[in-house]
Amino acid sequence: MSAVALDKGLQHGLSLAWRGILKIRKNPEQLADVTIAPIVFLVMFTYLFGGALASSTDDYLQMLVPGIMVMNILQASMTAGVQLNTDVSKGVFDRFRSMPIARSAPLVGAVLADVVRYLMCVVVLLVVATIMGYRVQTGPVELVIAIALVLAFGLCFCWASVFVGMLLKTPGAVQGMMFVLIMPLTFGSNVFVGTSTMPGWLRAWADISPVSLLADALRGLLNGGPVAGPLAGSVVWMVAAVAVFFPLATLAYRKRV
Amino acid sequence: MSLAIRAEGLVKHYGETKALDGVDLEVPVGKVVGVLGPNGAGKTTAVRVLATLLRPDAGHATVGGHDVVKDPVRVRSLIGLTGQYASVDEDLSGTENLVLIARLLDHSRAGARARAAELLEQFELTEAAGRPARTYSGGMRRRLDLAASLVGNPAVLYLDEPTTGLDPHARNEVWRVVRKLVADGATVLLTTQYLEEADQLADTITVFDHGRVVAEGRADELKRRVGGQTLQVRPTSLADLDAVQRILGDLTGMRPTRDDDTGLLTAAVSDPVLLSTLVRKLDEAGITADELALRLPSLDEVFLALTGRKAEEGSLV
Repeated sequence: MSAVALDKGLQHGLSLAWRGILKIRKNPEQLADVTIAPIVFLVMFTYLFGGALASSTDDYLQMLVPGIMVMNILQASMTAGVQLNTDVSKGVFDRFRSMPIARSAPLVGAVLADVVRYLMCVVVLLVVATIMGYRVQTGPVELVIAIALVLAFGLCFCWASVFVGMLLKTPGAVQGMMFVLIMPLTFGSNVFVGTSTMPGWLRAWADISPVSLLADALRGLLNGGPVAGPLAGSVVWMVAAVAVFFPLATLAYRKRV
Repeated sequence: MSLAIRAEGLVKHYGETKALDGVDLEVPVGKVVGVLGPNGAGKTTAVRVLATLLRPDAGHATVGGHDVVKDPVRVRSLIGLTGQYASVDEDLSGTENLVLIARLLDHSRAGARARAAELLEQFELTEAAGRPARTYSGGMRRRLDLAASLVGNPAVLYLDEPTTGLDPHARNEVWRVVRKLVADGATVLLTTQYLEEADQLADTITVFDHGRVVAEGRADELKRRVGGQTLQVRPTSLADLDAVQRILGDLTGMRPTRDDDTGLLTAAVSDPVLLSTLVRKLDEAGITADELALRLPSLDEVFLALTGRKAEEGSLV
């Protein structure tokens, strides 16, 4: 018998998730790293451009917050790759691998801890937005669904980060690469401005980008409006992200560790 | 004699480099085998293969009778790994690190806490137990690493360069801990670049070079293999150097090596009785000496002779 039983595997994954959560508690600045940029953009865009882009800063804030949630979750999901890469380069992984635990347990643990990280990021963002005057127009049920949707989105796209994390040599390189990927993805969307004034090629992309579709779905859920269309589009993207990056990430993981 | 580790013909390539080039290794139960070699000799690669972290390209190895490639989970349940590459989490405290490992080894929550406390006590880390591991000194870190590898009471312990980069004081701390483990009957595979460490801790020494085993034996056997003993004389007056060189040359039948700066003459001797003859001859010639010694070659000389250029000049192997 060479495999570790499934229930044991899950228990090992939970133990390693506990480790991940301990690390969040010890290094709250890591959480700040991924939350601060979205908050800076939130404040800056609202007060600098809000008046010019929408009729008032209040109107702009209502449109911006759901989009910034998407940006936030993308930033937070890049931590998974950085963290795994750090573990591999520091030798923490070798210790785990020399123990009789499921090979996937460290991966499961990292991803489970990520859910907690995502949730904290989203809560911090919503608190700041509320202080600035943002109000959920619908109800608590829609809010819970919106948060669940954002977490699911993060969980689907974190495999891209795990893949890059296993591919590149150093944690710094992973961070840099993810930043380069996430920034254009965030700005080439309807998060900050409507797509109608964009040149055709950019608009074509921005209208179907996963960031735009999820932002629209969240706007529908939180501010009221159509949900079904953008939600369906987001789900297609999420399934596609998992279908492409999950196998790539696990393959790279198996090669690396 | 039962074997804890048996490796035969291990080969591992990294591109063009042969990290392991047909290594045989045996570690008997309850013994400490030291693998000695310079950087890049293949020591760590061998440990990684035996710890199931790397698949060998050829050859096979068993730990506790289980094949490292076919039955890695069984092997992992027998081993503890400490060293350069298997590390603790610097963000977590000593206690948290050990509790995590105990939980991964299926201890209950309470059992894990108890085991962690016990090991921290044993390794004199109780006071630092709540601090993040990154605040530990080098010696404390290695002790925590060691404790971490012992959580599951492993039958075989791998110590991969346990004192590399430590200052002498911290190194002594680690040695003390390892000696205690050895006294309690642990089976240990130790890799090191330091002869003294192998000499101090290991029952037998295997010397690696370029992925091959170039010598094996107890420390004193290895020393003997390099050659007999060495006779060293330093006359009080440099003016007597020529005369002493002649006397030494006549006695040993070989030309002694001469260091004009220090005034030291060195010659290999096969018969230790020559020492008293030399004393008498020097006395007859009225020459006094500041230094007169007969000694085994140092392990450093052995090391150089076995792995370095000297070996290629044909002194042995």
